[in-house]
Amino acid sequence: MSVIYLLISVSIFVAICFFIAFIAAVKSGQYDDDYTPSVRILFDDETKINSQNNNLPIEEKQV
Amino acid sequence: MREQSCFHCGLTIEQNEEIDFDDKKFCCTGCKTVYEIFSINDLTSYYDFEKSPGATPQDIKGKYDFLENETILAKVLEFQEGNTSIVSLNIPHIHCSSCIWILENLHRLQPGISTSQVNFHEKKARITFNSDVVSLKEIVCLLSSIGYEPYISLENYGSAKAKVDRSLTYKLGVAFFCFGNIMLLSFPEYFEMKEFWLDSYKPFFRLLIFLLALPTFFYSASGYYVSAYHSIRTRMLNIDIPIALGIIVMFIRSTYDMLMDHGPGFFDSLASLIFFMLLGKMFQIKTYSFLSFERDFKSYFPIAVTKINKDASEDNVAIYDVLKGDRLLIRNQELIPVDGILISESAEIDYSFVTGEAVPITKKSGDKVFAGGKQIGKVIEMEVLHSVSQSYLTQLWSNEIFQKKVDQKHKTITDAISRYFTPILLLIAFAGFGYWIFIDANTAFNVFTAVLIVACPCALALTAPFTFGNILRILGKKKFYLKNAIVIEQLAKVDTIVFDKTGTITTNKKSNIIYEGNLISDSDIVLVKNVLRGSNHPLSRMLYDFLPEAKRINIEEFQEITGKGILAIAEGKEIRVGSGQFVDDIVADGSEIEKTALHIKIGDIYFGKFTFQNQYREGIEKLFENLSKDYQIKVLSGDNDGERANLEVILPKGTELIFNQKPEQKLEYIKKLQEKGQNVMMVGDGLNDAGALAQSNVGISISENVNVFSPACDAILDATEFSRLHYFLKLSHKAILIIKMSFGLSLLYNVVGLAFAVTGNLLPLVAAIIMPLSTITIVSFVTFMSNYFSNRNLE
Repeated sequence: MSVIYLLISVSIFVAICFFIAFIAAVKSGQYDDDYTPSVRILFDDETKINSQNNNLPIEEKQV
Repeated sequence: MREQSCFHCGLTIEQNEEIDFDDKKFCCTGCKTVYEIFSINDLTSYYDFEKSPGATPQDIKGKYDFLENETILAKVLEFQEGNTSIVSLNIPHIHCSSCIWILENLHRLQPGISTSQVNFHEKKARITFNSDVVSLKEIVCLLSSIGYEPYISLENYGSAKAKVDRSLTYKLGVAFFCFGNIMLLSFPEYFEMKEFWLDSYKPFFRLLIFLLALPTFFYSASGYYVSAYHSIRTRMLNIDIPIALGIIVMFIRSTYDMLMDHGPGFFDSLASLIFFMLLGKMFQIKTYSFLSFERDFKSYFPIAVTKINKDASEDNVAIYDVLKGDRLLIRNQELIPVDGILISESAEIDYSFVTGEAVPITKKSGDKVFAGGKQIGKVIEMEVLHSVSQSYLTQLWSNEIFQKKVDQKHKTITDAISRYFTPILLLIAFAGFGYWIFIDANTAFNVFTAVLIVACPCALALTAPFTFGNILRILGKKKFYLKNAIVIEQLAKVDTIVFDKTGTITTNKKSNIIYEGNLISDSDIVLVKNVLRGSNHPLSRMLYDFLPEAKRINIEEFQEITGKGILAIAEGKEIRVGSGQFVDDIVADGSEIEKTALHIKIGDIYFGKFTFQNQYREGIEKLFENLSKDYQIKVLSGDNDGERANLEVILPKGTELIFNQKPEQKLEYIKKLQEKGQNVMMVGDGLNDAGALAQSNVGISISENVNVFSPACDAILDATEFSRLHYFLKLSHKAILIIKMSFGLSLLYNVVGLAFAVTGNLLPLVAAIIMPLSTITIVSFVTFMSNYFSNRNLE
């Protein structure tokens, strides 16, 4: 039954990983603008086609 | 007649003026050009997302020359290294998904731009570009040419990017993480299973719970300890004292219980309590990032201005470097940044930022011009009298009211209650302790701590944040934007309302136009309308819109004389429209206050004049009538008392009317009212009200376009919703009522919990049920009630 030590430790560890990911996301400013990305996602296809035409690489930079 | 709207900007196309291009109809060449630019660059899907999303580009020739100046450029750019530059531009026109699309595809219009990212709520575009290929000025000009003119003001000058405080989000995240995991690990304890294998893991589970509770206790709740400590030091009992006390006692007691193996402790309740309270705090913060409540003159004033050197060459200098004696060049639509003397022959200056009055004032050579006015028409020259900080208008900001930080202007309702709550709570705790100490010392300690734990005013502390947070959102939907939740409480306390006149209770969008004089025939009206068409003067535009639709007539000659009027020839007749003196040598007699008017003369016959009167906002009479029942109403005006008679008809009897008020006098007036113990709400609009708005208990600024201009204030009201002011005030009273009712409810929970506590029966399970239950009922109660009241007709 001592497997439960392992199981719970692993589950907490996984949870902590997600928690760290959340903190990192907040820190990078992902939650500062909660509207524009929801609109932007609808443009994606458009941009790809056009960028091929223009041969301009599109960088997604998060500064 | 079929109304047609422009394919690009959606405005109604004037008859006979439509431009056909590519099977689409446009209202002007500006709109057509934008469409052309987009279609050449294969960007016409701009028009697919939203119908007619565009704006007519404005003429900006020379306006952004200052961006060539290296020092100014460095202050405006957010980041610059090598040839990579980043700039954040505020673009007021951003309003739909098409805007986002076109602005994020800027790189296809202009090589050198690598990325651009829009923040819709802040109405900002962040552009990364290669400064070797393209300059900021070119980008700004490009944006302007497609109708997205950025707004660059003195505020952008050297202001470091404000750091965003995200600590509340972190705290909330930590609390939620710990709360969820503790609850899961506590499940075996809740069911008190006597299973052998579960029992043998108890120490392990408890250790984990304890470890998880640590970050919640030390990090997430830290704000409460700090606030409680401050409130003890300043001897103002606020709600955070019993909260901090409850949390600390809960933690110590639980640790003790666990170590002594008495039970699992209250760590689950502790974590849930902290989580819910932080959630309340989060909910209360509703920011309108596209609005600014802290604006001072800096956001109105330009960054740089054109200076004329002694050798007649022109230079762009930063506003702060303008010195007394300098000669400045002000172009059409540019703001005069400092006080000075006009050198050019004449100027038309629009002081609507300052006073709210839309009709421009004519100045002649040698006249004093004040900072804050906007030149309309041709380029003018002026000599500087005072530097920026010493100008008439900007001096207002040296008043102490703008210096002090208003943190806690008044006591909140929650703090008022907790003044009684805390002593009573301690009294019960000690009474319980005193009673049990004679029976059983161990129970006595348990009771003492249980009282403090269960009475921890979590529901009480949640009431106000959730009520105010919800009301704040409801008001925001109704276009009344509050700076923060405290404003609602202050609104409810108001007993005196002071209104500014021009621009606040009058609208500068349209004027009431009355014709006085001889009968004028329809064909002559047509002539006048056609003459007015060519003029961009605000009065001409207003009269043009006022006159009935007419067919187009060819104007043979057209001449606009600044400060005087228009001289035109059509159908062989000479037509004069303008000031009395210009049209027919009418000298304004001193007895009557000169009204704003346009005189008409066709051929040799003087017909009469169109007078422009202040147009009061719709529904204003009814609003004042209703308000006067509950509030004292006063009207302050910077103008002369020419409108007194008209105002007295509209306003309820006994309303105090004060005219000829300078900005400082308005501020002093509010101060005097406050010294008499009145709670004053100031409703104003222009920069000249800024002092009064800051001094008042609640300063509301009325704005025709909430995105752009409003002085520093506590709340911004969209001008179209002005007549609902009374409803907003009533809703604030209802909010306080809801809070009081909810306080009653949460006290009930406390009584139930206390009954468990003082009898020594508070099990961790009971606490774990009572706390979330009370929280949920309180939150749903206040949400339901505030929605109910806001939907009910409060008239």
